[in-house]
Amino acid sequence: MAGTAVRGRLSTWQTATVAAVSSETARTRTLRLEVAERAGPGAFQHRAGQHVDVRLTADDGYQAERAYSIASAPGEPLAITVERVDDGEVSSWLTQEARPGDLMEVRGPIGGYFVWESAFGGPLLLAAGGSGIVPLRAMLRERARAGSDVPVRLLYSSRSWADVIYASELDFPAEGVRVIHTLTRSQPPAWTGYARRVDQPMLAEVAWPAASASAGGGGGPLAYVCGPTSFVETVAAGLVALGYPPGRVRTERFGGTG
Amino acid sequence: MDAVTDDAALDGNAIGGLLIEVFGAEMTTAVAICASCGTASQVAELAVYEHGPGTVVRCRACEAVLMAFVRRRGVICVDLEGLASLS
Repeated sequence: MAGTAVRGRLSTWQTATVAAVSSETARTRTLRLEVAERAGPGAFQHRAGQHVDVRLTADDGYQAERAYSIASAPGEPLAITVERVDDGEVSSWLTQEARPGDLMEVRGPIGGYFVWESAFGGPLLLAAGGSGIVPLRAMLRERARAGSDVPVRLLYSSRSWADVIYASELDFPAEGVRVIHTLTRSQPPAWTGYARRVDQPMLAEVAWPAASASAGGGGGPLAYVCGPTSFVETVAAGLVALGYPPGRVRTERFGGTG
Repeated sequence: MDAVTDDAALDGNAIGGLLIEVFGAEMTTAVAICASCGTASQVAELAVYEHGPGTVVRCRACEAVLMAFVRRRGVICVDLEGLASLS
């Protein structure tokens, strides 16, 4: 019976109210959502790395839906971070029009593959291209929330410093978390970090050696890679070339529809 | 670039919501076996194309079409012929 209830909730579109909106960069905003049916303690039980589907309905009945990664950790208020895609019919509204009090529909949380829990151990290698940082940020917040001391390296590729999402948060990482930026198009004056697309030499320098001792019991380094398809392909293939078993490299690609 | 590495391809994870609608359960960690080449993959690892009139899911090893979904007047038409099994 419990399973039936869960399925019913998962497969149902539910009304969500925009509770708060905050700008991350010129193209991205974080929206905190309140889902009425999930009010109450423990009602929204998502896992770090999952996503929700968002559905918008126009006055004429036309509907469009997109999947957005959850930016918040389990136990925190539900939040999504959305990047505006040029001509994206859903992302344009979410990043430019949506105001507190506005309504939309959400379905989820969804996904059991690209998720991390503290029991999975590590060390963890997180690799993000652009807004691929969103589910990885949820994992970092979950690490903090759960009191995990698993060592983390985050390799984060952005076009420029102005495009770095969660910049202020990532400037002060928790103990045991190292953030390595690469800025592929333009760099601030006196930038000493990486200034190119992720490539094999960069991965070899940044990634935990494939034979690193496990910190949490379990098979060595665990990698989560999220970004555009070309980024994910490069990083995933590169990690396998460095000796990571394919099963320890979890990937999530996102496309250009918005 | 081949069919499974071009920028149009997403992961099975992206259609987790659609799969819940069709199957009534979380399916992204279900194991799909390709009827063409026998490769076993979690659904989240399959290649998904959403740009056509429907949603097409392909094997990343051999590019065979495993599943196709088309929505028409509120009804989802499901083709699973490319799958040997889904469990």
